[in-house]
Amino acid sequence: MAHAQGQQHPISLYLKIWGLLFVLSTLSYLVDYFHFHGYLRWSLIITFMLLKAGLIVSIFMHMAWERLTMVYAILLPPLCLLVLVGLMATEADYVFLSRVISFGQ
Amino acid sequence: MASHPLAPGESSSSNPPDSPPAPGWQGIASDWASDKEVFKQVPWGKAMMWIFLLSDTFIFTCFLTGYMSVRMTITTAWPNPSEVFALTIAGQEIPLILIAIMTFVLISSSGTMAMAVNFAYRRERAKTAALMLATAALGVTFVGMQAFEWTKLIAEGVRPWGNPMGAAQFGASFFMITGFHGLHVSIGALYLGIVALKVMRGDYERSGNYQNVEIAGLYWHFVDLVWVFIFAFFYLW
Repeated sequence: MAHAQGQQHPISLYLKIWGLLFVLSTLSYLVDYFHFHGYLRWSLIITFMLLKAGLIVSIFMHMAWERLTMVYAILLPPLCLLVLVGLMATEADYVFLSRVISFGQ
Repeated sequence: MASHPLAPGESSSSNPPDSPPAPGWQGIASDWASDKEVFKQVPWGKAMMWIFLLSDTFIFTCFLTGYMSVRMTITTAWPNPSEVFALTIAGQEIPLILIAIMTFVLISSSGTMAMAVNFAYRRERAKTAALMLATAALGVTFVGMQAFEWTKLIAEGVRPWGNPMGAAQFGASFFMITGFHGLHVSIGALYLGIVALKVMRGDYERSGNYQNVEIAGLYWHFVDLVWVFIFAFFYLW
């Protein structure tokens, strides 16, 4: 019944996650502060971003304790968006060339 | 639900609605196959909020993908966000400092919200309402800082169709993405205020169900989640 009544976890868990999110945000800010460049910068940004997103979704939004059917129904559809991102990225040089040719900038 | 008549061939023990799921894919298959509601044990309000958030994910990703396409295809230099969003504090220019503070404010609001949900299920009404109002206050602070940032950029001549720092599309992306996110935060603060009021009034105490606090929390954490992506891709990239 405790579960049907809702999620019940110790407050300390939330405080720990809160602290972790603070640390991760500070780290991602430091990436900019120390002027990292190129692939090092991008991979660090994405790593910290995914870690933060994962903590928020799994702990704060309680995804870690939801029924698997729910988890997959919500987390799988966004994968379509990766296809969109991939398509737009592969089209980018074509669009760039069109800009150069048509607008002569 | 519990008292519906049994269909022929259906035994009451084969798949009662409150049975724990079988592990892994077997459980998923049986949840989807039972020809009844799929999201068992998930209150409909929560399932609907998740589906709304899923659709919102698509909207924000479309914005961010549009921004990515623009940034990959421009022929002039993109303004350096580290400099555009720098603030001069005590005579020293600190890069991106306002955005960093906004990030911490929003993360803190997520922390207070998570604790509010926790106290709601423990039926500690005063603490729940106080934490929710604190969350809303942090949200309003965030929007206030965003308004300050907008004012500063508009004063510097950034417009949706051009700006003095570089690629013309910078303004359009900036106003569209942060504006839409700020709108979400504003509506969220209002939403939290209303739910906090209902907590204080004892509505959920009477119905014995504090699920609505968790549902409001889902929305609020999502707003924070979107900011994580905006922070990474728009401000840091």
